[in-house]
Amino acid sequence: MAQELAVDGKPGLPGDFAIWVFIFAELTVFAVLFAAYAITRSEHVALFDASQRALNRVYGLWNTVLLVTSSYFVARATTAIKAGHRLACGHWLTASLLLGAGFIGVKLTEFHQDYTHGITLSGNLFYMFYLCLTFFHFMHVLMGMVILSVVTVKAYAGRYDAANYTGVETGGAYWHMVDLVWIILFALVYVIH
Amino acid sequence: MKYQSQSVAKPYFVAALALFLGQIVFGLIMGLQYVDGTFLFPAIPFNVAHMCHTNLLIVWLLMAFMGAAYYIVPEEAQTELYSPKLALLTFWVFLIAGAATILGYLLIPYSVLAHATGNHLLPTMGRGYLEQPLPIKIGIVLVALSLLFNLTMTLAKGRKTSLNFILVGALWGLALLFLPAFYFPVDTVKASYSWWWVVHGWVEGDWELILGALLGFIFIKMTGVDREVVEKWLYIIIAMTLMTGIIGIGHHYYYIGAPAYWIWLGSVFSALEPIPFLMLVAFAFRMHAQRRREHPNKAAMLWAMGTPIVAFLGAGVWGFMITLAPVQYYAHGTNLTAAHGHLAFFGAYAMVSLAMISYAMPLLRGREANSLSAQRWEMTGFWLMVLSMFTIALTLTGAGIVTIFLQRATDNPLPFMAVQDKERVFFFIREYAGLGFTAGLLAYLRSFFVRGEYDYTNNVKRALA
Repeated sequence: MAQELAVDGKPGLPGDFAIWVFIFAELTVFAVLFAAYAITRSEHVALFDASQRALNRVYGLWNTVLLVTSSYFVARATTAIKAGHRLACGHWLTASLLLGAGFIGVKLTEFHQDYTHGITLSGNLFYMFYLCLTFFHFMHVLMGMVILSVVTVKAYAGRYDAANYTGVETGGAYWHMVDLVWIILFALVYVIH
Repeated sequence: MKYQSQSVAKPYFVAALALFLGQIVFGLIMGLQYVDGTFLFPAIPFNVAHMCHTNLLIVWLLMAFMGAAYYIVPEEAQTELYSPKLALLTFWVFLIAGAATILGYLLIPYSVLAHATGNHLLPTMGRGYLEQPLPIKIGIVLVALSLLFNLTMTLAKGRKTSLNFILVGALWGLALLFLPAFYFPVDTVKASYSWWWVVHGWVEGDWELILGALLGFIFIKMTGVDREVVEKWLYIIIAMTLMTGIIGIGHHYYYIGAPAYWIWLGSVFSALEPIPFLMLVAFAFRMHAQRRREHPNKAAMLWAMGTPIVAFLGAGVWGFMITLAPVQYYAHGTNLTAAHGHLAFFGAYAMVSLAMISYAMPLLRGREANSLSAQRWEMTGFWLMVLSMFTIALTLTGAGIVTIFLQRATDNPLPFMAVQDKERVFFFIREYAGLGFTAGLLAYLRSFFVRGEYDYTNNVKRALA
């Protein structure tokens, strides 16, 4: 069976169990970072609000759209392979990878503009958190793209089918985690003030 | 033992244990000097004993890692080692260099040794763990290159497994991360940076990958669990190790003159460093629960199961206690750090080395497992060493806390020596625990001299009866 079955016969976690251990650990890391951000912000509200205005929310919004859409494409890829459509699965995954690359492009442009505007790690506490959080997430997008690339190559090579699609679900679960973290990060760092 | 050339691991393991014993002797000397400050003075001053203790630790662990690699890589690659002769030559060069270093520390004043070995040409001596004279450091690089050449060539001609890639890759990392040892500028901030790149890069980064690979190999062999399952766990543990460990280096940068953002980065990421150790514990228990066979080498399994637990406590919990910047402000350089160092080094690296030796030595001596009586000696050694090391860590923790409250976090700080005097009870207990540890090590060593192998027939009969 491609999907793990729990003892009572109901479907278990999609994908490989190990990726869920990893996702749990990853979310713990981000939770600690978000908590540190929130605690620090509560002590420097004026500084955080003023510095937040220097960020480009349009870039942030574009990246949100790109990642959420990309996540949707991964979900379509999973549906496709469950129905036995290998080629469609590969195409959906390729599309999600392209959107991931779009995220990277937008973020690099934003980092470049930040740098030219003097936003650095030593700038102030807000900029330190902003750069650390977004760069750390940026690295996760890259890692997610590496995982999705492997899954895509395997999908085109015919390594998955309607009875064996754990790999697609595993890669998809990680990509959704990257997306989920970005949605929280975008709201927390770019929007809420 | 499946391949004849794996036997080159044997001298490495034997030498590692001999050097381990040497390390413990110097530990006992230092422990006694804490109680009686004039003990062996001026023959072996505290700082010299300290250098010998820490350098022997590094050398014996490297010996054990190299032995483990020479054992594992051919078996995983399903081929003979590229050059067993080169491996033996490397062994003798490394052993002689290590012995010469310790003798140099003991017999020649450090400044004279530094001048005689060309430290004025390229200053590298003086930083903790990296006290070795320049020619010895160059020797270490050559030994590492020889090891890596041999292992990489073996890997290239044989079967490619993820475990082999992780192990050989981590050994490449170990060699590359030693190179900052050659950079010792006058600027103390830069000097601190490069020092931590070696020390932190090894013990809180690269060596954790070696630890994972060694444990992974032992579990594949002893439990019969699918290689794919073990490798999957290793990937996740490695990813978390690197994710937390690389930026976690910031906990060494707090008050050395580095930018202020390291206070945050170091605190957050190093606070998360226990996660991969917790994963190692989960990995070990899952592998044990899913085992498909009962391996007769119970002692090796005990070491393998004990390693992640003690590593998690020593590196994870004790490390976390002192890693946050506001805590470190008061705890820096107290015996709390020594408590963490002892339990972490022992739990993570000494224990995995002993686990590997326990697993491989019977096979290298032509049997799957030692006799039950030999294993009883070994398991006695395990419990004596583990419990003694916990006692050492607890007493040092007590001493560290006393220092913080009487000397650091107080409006009326007492002088350093007055505080040391109040901590004497901890140092007394620590020395007795050190003797207990020595007894444990001797019991472990005794097991190698008990003849015979595991007797399946008799043991099954006894179990049925």
